[in-house]
Amino acid sequence: MCLAVPARVVALLGDQWVETEVGGIRSRVSVALLDEVVLGDYLIVHAGFAITRLDVEEAEKSLALFDEIAARLGTTDALHPRLP
Amino acid sequence: MRYIRGFREGAAAAALKALIAAEVDPQREYHLMEFCGGHTHAIFRYGVEDLLPDNVRLVHGPGCPVCVLAVSRLDAAIELASRKDVTLVSYGDMLRVPASRRKSLLKARAQGADVRMAYSALEALTIAAAHPDRQVVFFAIGFETTTPATAHLILEAQRLGLRNFSVYCNHVVTPAAIQSILDSPEVREWGRVRVDGFIGPSHVSAVIGSRPYEYFAEEYQRPVVIAGFEPLDVMQAIRMLVRQLNEGRACVENQFTRGVSRDGNVKAQRLVAEVLELRRSVEWRGLGELPYSGLGIKAAYGEFDAERRFAIEVRAVAENAACQCPAIIRGVKKPTDCALFDTACTPRDPIGSCMVSAEGACAAYYKYRRGTLRAAG
Repeated sequence: MCLAVPARVVALLGDQWVETEVGGIRSRVSVALLDEVVLGDYLIVHAGFAITRLDVEEAEKSLALFDEIAARLGTTDALHPRLP
Repeated sequence: MRYIRGFREGAAAAALKALIAAEVDPQREYHLMEFCGGHTHAIFRYGVEDLLPDNVRLVHGPGCPVCVLAVSRLDAAIELASRKDVTLVSYGDMLRVPASRRKSLLKARAQGADVRMAYSALEALTIAAAHPDRQVVFFAIGFETTTPATAHLILEAQRLGLRNFSVYCNHVVTPAAIQSILDSPEVREWGRVRVDGFIGPSHVSAVIGSRPYEYFAEEYQRPVVIAGFEPLDVMQAIRMLVRQLNEGRACVENQFTRGVSRDGNVKAQRLVAEVLELRRSVEWRGLGELPYSGLGIKAAYGEFDAERRFAIEVRAVAENAACQCPAIIRGVKKPTDCALFDTACTPRDPIGSCMVSAEGACAAYYKYRRGTLRAAG
């Protein structure tokens, strides 16, 4: 239930519903728990409900920090996801 | 995809590995509990433990929503589902969780009960509207992430005038669970479990904000760092916890700034406060009775409360004595300490709740660690 990724709003369907997209997969999501949602927002979706809006500015800051330390120290690729 | 893949970059993970290794004090140990099952899953999937120095240990916490539901309440749900007039709707994971005498909602369905699986709670309303002749009950479980959806569902049912709809409310609250771990005899007296700091949950915190953790960071002098779900998030949070412990600080810090604010989702909190209220005491699997740790439906919305409508009785039951789920949920034991793990208990035919959900510690061990355990053993 908790395993979720940010989904981008690609259509406003009205009456507290939007359509989101992640990697080509589209889903119908309720935005009843959020104030006004606009096209292009990234939402964190949990069991069919958007629980918060992703703060894109903060996401970029985190990514910039990771890029910076990777450039300074990262020599190898340390992550090897295990496939079940 | 930038906001997914960007947080899984291997070179940045290598850099964080080096930074953590450089910052840990070799003279001490760091026991960090990840509360949330989503983190447990990310840690195993990406092999985060392998990137940490030996003296940084991760302790798996109780944050798996289906794992902590008391067996007695699941028994009551199965009894409810077995009524001829009832259609019971719940989240997929919940249907496979073993109850008393190895029954489950799925087995009840095989014996003729009308049990439906929903991805979104709102599907329960659609079913109720389509079947006015049935009593449709939503079996609501989970932490603060699913609670606002349940509150919204009850308000929608009222707006739509759905008289054949009700909710069996079993929501629990995260801060109470963390406090109970810190108050547990294993941590306080026996010293069997050591928790020096907490990796705070992502989605629960998106809803409740970082403020609720401030009390016990201060009161119990344990740092809390709220972390996102991706591997770089978890590693960065571990680095922040190591720093706090090295500096002798115990504060709430937020690594997951892109999803969590101090106040959280205020609209969702208001919905919950309107419809639900704290129960005086709630039984948890593995943690026992915890005061003010779960939510029930307010009297003003009592017509949608399945406990009233069906006079549900919750009867005490004995757990399967061999199953170590209660100790695993408290972080006292590891899945591999359980004799049933990967013998009598597997994801195909689980005995304990921790083997059912993708967020359960046993399921994560089974899925990602079984090969290495066998190779080692």
